[in-house]
Amino acid sequence: LAYERPGTRAKVSQLSLFQPYSDEELIAATKRARRSIIEMVFAANSGHPGGSLSSVEILSALYLRIMRHDPENPSWPDRDRFILSKAHAVPVLYAALTECGYFPREEIYTFRKIDSRLQGHSKIGTVPGVEMSGGSLGQGLSYSIGQCIAARLDGRDYRVYCLLGDGELNEGQVWEAAMAASHHRLANLTAIVDRNHIQNDGFGDYERVPEEKRSPMPGGRVLESGYTANIMNLEPLADKWRAFGWHVLEVDGHDVFAVVDTIERAKGILERPTVVIAHTVKGKGVSYMENNPSFHGKAPTPEEKERAFEEIGA
Amino acid sequence: MTTTQAPAATREALGPTLIKLAREGLDIVCIDADLGVSTTAAQFGKEYPERFITLGPAEANMIGIAAGLAAAGKVAWCSTFTVFMPGRCFDQIRVSVAQPNLSVKLFASHGGITVGEDGISAQGIEDLALMCSLLNFTVLVPADVVETASAIEAAAKSPGPFYIRAGRPKIPVIYGADHKFTPGMSDLLRRGSDVTVIASGVMVKAALDAAEVLASRGIDTRVINVSTWRPLDTYAIEEAARQTGAIVTAEEHLIHVGLGAMVAQHLAGVHPVPMGFVGMTRYAESGKWDELLEKYDLTPAAIVREVEKVVARKR
Repeated sequence: LAYERPGTRAKVSQLSLFQPYSDEELIAATKRARRSIIEMVFAANSGHPGGSLSSVEILSALYLRIMRHDPENPSWPDRDRFILSKAHAVPVLYAALTECGYFPREEIYTFRKIDSRLQGHSKIGTVPGVEMSGGSLGQGLSYSIGQCIAARLDGRDYRVYCLLGDGELNEGQVWEAAMAASHHRLANLTAIVDRNHIQNDGFGDYERVPEEKRSPMPGGRVLESGYTANIMNLEPLADKWRAFGWHVLEVDGHDVFAVVDTIERAKGILERPTVVIAHTVKGKGVSYMENNPSFHGKAPTPEEKERAFEEIGA
Repeated sequence: MTTTQAPAATREALGPTLIKLAREGLDIVCIDADLGVSTTAAQFGKEYPERFITLGPAEANMIGIAAGLAAAGKVAWCSTFTVFMPGRCFDQIRVSVAQPNLSVKLFASHGGITVGEDGISAQGIEDLALMCSLLNFTVLVPADVVETASAIEAAAKSPGPFYIRAGRPKIPVIYGADHKFTPGMSDLLRRGSDVTVIASGVMVKAALDAAEVLASRGIDTRVINVSTWRPLDTYAIEEAARQTGAIVTAEEHLIHVGLGAMVAQHLAGVHPVPMGFVGMTRYAESGKWDELLEKYDLTPAAIVREVEKVVARKR
């Protein structure tokens, strides 16, 4: 197939009704997605750009290459499902959906505004293509398990992809679900962790904090900036998932081709679910947002917006 | 209406009814949080092992999985005790079920103080306030095992989310096997013109017993079984207020956020009448279920007392 790079194991289902993107188209689409995210958050003057930008390659890989779906028929029973558990990052989902043609692109400017279909956190029954109502962290993996069990009972071969934030992994329900997914041997489930090390109040650990600002004290520490460092350490994260019975893969979450290849590899794993830990940068692609906790949930100014467009190059 | 059936727990309706409905062809999946023997859901699991999903006590996870199943077209049934559902997973019910209006059916057993010996942590007297606060939900409190079976069938065959509250102890059966319950409809159990007792769950039988005592004292008491708490049968309630001029509510739940509060709120807007309330006002304790009903005033005598007070206020 034309879009397959040599040496990759990527395969696209023969049944897919969505024409996968070429390499060049895929790269261009990630830039458009980043621009759409900035436009949405700017137009709404609110929203969550940081965790949307860190997930761009993940959603681009899924919607434009990996998933079997049909924008003309969003309720097709055999479609692959994408569950956005970190529902505050819904701008990246809207960007992917409009890229695929689920709704007209002009509509992104209505994001978070009154009478809009584009709600501030994803909600089913509004725009086509949204699979779950979210907004309270930790619920998406359980919901995905329900879809996976339904697939098994109905003899359908669709797969379920669930995107989790790393801060979201602080929620206990995620681990209830992790335990249940391997117990019930849900090989049709792939979780993806957007491992950007930053959450609402600051840094989840000390990974992205300069050495001199780290504290010898155990637990979290409020920095001069007002943000907290070391809120809740997740490491060793891969070992945690392994201990819960998952197959673990890791990938550079901003190398879209590597993301495609890695997520595709989960299809070959039998008898257990797979988690892809995608190593990412919060706010990726916009320099002043990168690794900056303040852009977890804040809109750019007009000047910042223009600078973002320049840097994104779209 | 009269029956000779031996006392039975309302929870005993779950397993057999789900099996019956699955045999009829309903696409039921049952999710279990380690209390399937007590809720009787395990009976369904024995019959349909592939459709019985065990999770252990992980109620938040249970609700999320049920929502995912419902979104994929299944009739998803969750069951555990009221103190754990909604007690342990209210946020999941709100965001994953109520707001997207998914067809998830919650069967919460061991409601109220009649749980008995396990004590206050196990005695759900707040669950119905939580569930009635959620839009889209139909909230049911059947009065006996026959009505519970009928409620389960109605919930399984209707779209949207349902909450059914059941109880642990064997209580008298008041309905004949042919009783058909319709969600949203109250049931007039006894005609009367002086006062109306609006009762629910285990208090329905107490209300009927109280009405007998009151009749001997010259008070003609209407008894209505309100087994749908949401949406409330406002027509029957308003009619009772207009025709009998006084209302007493009786519930195995906190009064200030329960059936009495909802009935009072409705009547305040259309036809205020003297009202009395029988129900819980404090945490209870361990003890036998019938001793607890006695000590915490969920009795025919308590209803008689409240009725006499409101009837006096009419004059």
